[in-house]
Amino acid sequence: MAQMNMIQALNSAMDIKLGQDPSVVVLGEDVGFFGGVFRVTDGLQRKYGESRVMDTPIAEGGIIAAAIGMAVNGLRPVAEIQFADYIYPGYDQIVSELARIRYRSAGEFKAPVTVRTPCGGGIRGGQTHSQSPEALFAHVAGLRVVMPSNPHDAKGLLIAAIEDDDPVIYFEPKRIYNGPFDGDPAKPAVPWSTHPKGEVPEGHFTVPIGKAEIARSGNDLTIVTYGTMVHVSDAAAKGLGLDAEIIDVRTMVPLDADTICASVARTGRCVIVHEATRFAGFGAELSATLQENCFWNLEAPILRVAGWDTPYPHAFEWEYFPGQARVAKALKAVMEAS
Amino acid sequence: MVKKSRLHVPKTPARPGDAPDFSYLKLSPAGEIARPDAGSPWSGIRFLAEGLVRVLDDQHRAVGPWHPHLDPGELQIGLRHMLLTRAFDDRMQRIQRSGKISFYIRSYGEEAVSVAMAMALRPTDMLFPSYRNQGLHVVRGRPILDLMCQCLSNTRDMCKGRQLPVMYHWREGNIFSISGNLATQFPQAVGWAMAAAIKGEDNLAVSWIGEGSSAAADFHHALLFASVYRAPVILCVVNNQWAISTFQGHAGGERETFAARGPGYGIAGVRVDGNDFLAVHAVTQWAAERARTGAGPTLIEHVTYRAAAHSTSDDAARYRPKDDYQKFPLGDPVERLKNHLIALGEWSDARHQALVAELDEHVAGSWKEAVSFGTLTGGPSLDPGLMFQDVFAEMPEHLRRQEAEMRAELAGK
Repeated sequence: MAQMNMIQALNSAMDIKLGQDPSVVVLGEDVGFFGGVFRVTDGLQRKYGESRVMDTPIAEGGIIAAAIGMAVNGLRPVAEIQFADYIYPGYDQIVSELARIRYRSAGEFKAPVTVRTPCGGGIRGGQTHSQSPEALFAHVAGLRVVMPSNPHDAKGLLIAAIEDDDPVIYFEPKRIYNGPFDGDPAKPAVPWSTHPKGEVPEGHFTVPIGKAEIARSGNDLTIVTYGTMVHVSDAAAKGLGLDAEIIDVRTMVPLDADTICASVARTGRCVIVHEATRFAGFGAELSATLQENCFWNLEAPILRVAGWDTPYPHAFEWEYFPGQARVAKALKAVMEAS
Repeated sequence: MVKKSRLHVPKTPARPGDAPDFSYLKLSPAGEIARPDAGSPWSGIRFLAEGLVRVLDDQHRAVGPWHPHLDPGELQIGLRHMLLTRAFDDRMQRIQRSGKISFYIRSYGEEAVSVAMAMALRPTDMLFPSYRNQGLHVVRGRPILDLMCQCLSNTRDMCKGRQLPVMYHWREGNIFSISGNLATQFPQAVGWAMAAAIKGEDNLAVSWIGEGSSAAADFHHALLFASVYRAPVILCVVNNQWAISTFQGHAGGERETFAARGPGYGIAGVRVDGNDFLAVHAVTQWAAERARTGAGPTLIEHVTYRAAAHSTSDDAARYRPKDDYQKFPLGDPVERLKNHLIALGEWSDARHQALVAELDEHVAGSWKEAVSFGTLTGGPSLDPGLMFQDVFAEMPEHLRRQEAEMRAELAGK
């Protein structure tokens, strides 16, 4: 085991796969010589060469399309979209092409592409460097969608994604690249070395796509969440002295409904937390799934905590961000409902 | 007089009721355009993007430096492929009109683009077609029966009932799946070619796009990536003058040729008479040699004409003169190759008629066999459970549940 932050864990995953499998290539804006604007691909081009770790033009549609063509020709491309906010020029290639190549060709062609992209706010990124568009991809048939909340899962899920024969949209919550974040920007930054999930195996391992994890066991209520919000939710529950069970969804598609529903059926109370906007967000799918499966076990309405339904504002970042106060309010409401 | 800005709207040369007008089309006499070495730097051969490479002259002779000197036997095979493509298209058009298939797209008038190109390439070269390239399947030996079964969405449908008619694919024949969304295949072909280069393989990718959809961002991504990574790819704009009802001027063809986009990105651009089988073949060989020897990609503009309506869903008489195609100065690709073979003494009207009759019979026989595997409305039918397969490599739990739900629904439970 080694101490890693998420950046090192992701880098290690790609390093291992590039080393093991000559069909793995990495491409994206600034991923080569510079090692990525967040340093996630640092050193990989030096180690594996310019034709396996490629700097690309600033054309997300071209990056995704080229990755598709490479995958059809037997490679396993890992495409980086520099910010999730920039992914939309590639959206048609992802939704209409990448997601459906296996389907429309009746399995004759496949495109095992991993699209990595940093998401989420809390870094003073304004409305074009802060979005969490996971619901836009979870809604598309044929895509696997994942978002890790810690270095251990980041590495294991990325290796699983690269080895997967289906396309994977891999969201990296950039606020927690360097350490877990409890939602309070005034507190000094905490490194991943303080967190048990900062311990990461150095070699090859996978975290299975499609499995949620019980990040914390508890009996009072269930918090269903993912990404940065795992840590914010944990802090909010602790602040109220609640014995909350926290489910880290990890994979949006395919969703591990069994793990989530089993917990809520047991606790009878549930709050769903995500950073993305609320309306038609992924929380709505979680809430509907829970209602359909756990209605008779529920002691209180399921509540959702999310970003407001506005663009992510630069100056009002922390008023927008679903921090501990917003989560705590929902936790209290769910606990107080009889 | 004060000069003012005015919105310029490209003119369409002729609409219904007007006399056909092709005065806008820049032509070069057959044999006039020089044939530079395939390894020439792009910057020294810009003239290829401006002129029009032609081999067949008005007397049906093959002339000039692009003359590919193909064996008459090979020309006869090319003629056969074009005629089979046309016979298949005609039959499917009539079948669509009778209501037995939902939709069809003919390649009438553009057969040489697919047939001559596929014949000039290696079978291992990967093709990323548009929806008007059925000749590629014909050349690579896919039975017409298979194409018909796809159009019928029947039990032998290669797409398992998931795609509109004509959206074929053929892994074994190295022909990629047709999307139905325009232009998306163009940059994918470049990615495929980049992978070939990364792996050190000798195969090319070739892709086709209409001049109308060359307006899409995907077109520009393709040219840019092809140029940046010098990918072994041949990118083709099939300029058939019409995007459904919209004249090519609205796709940016009024001021500059489509081939000239190539030099704009630092890659070779060649404008070729797309109805001249020999010229298309020669230009393809040149571009393939260029790509295979590391001299980089080529953008080929095929100047041709969409002789049929866009698809079975539109009536071309509502937006262009009825006799437009009869007046198209580059003629018909089948007629021109036929006349060339006759001029060579290698063909005759009688042989031509016999071949057409033979192919019609083959197409009719294939159709008879195709419907025995079912039609969209009549059995035997595909299992609707197929809709849940191939969404993912392995079916996830939620799709398993939905399939069971659908089966219960169909059983009336």
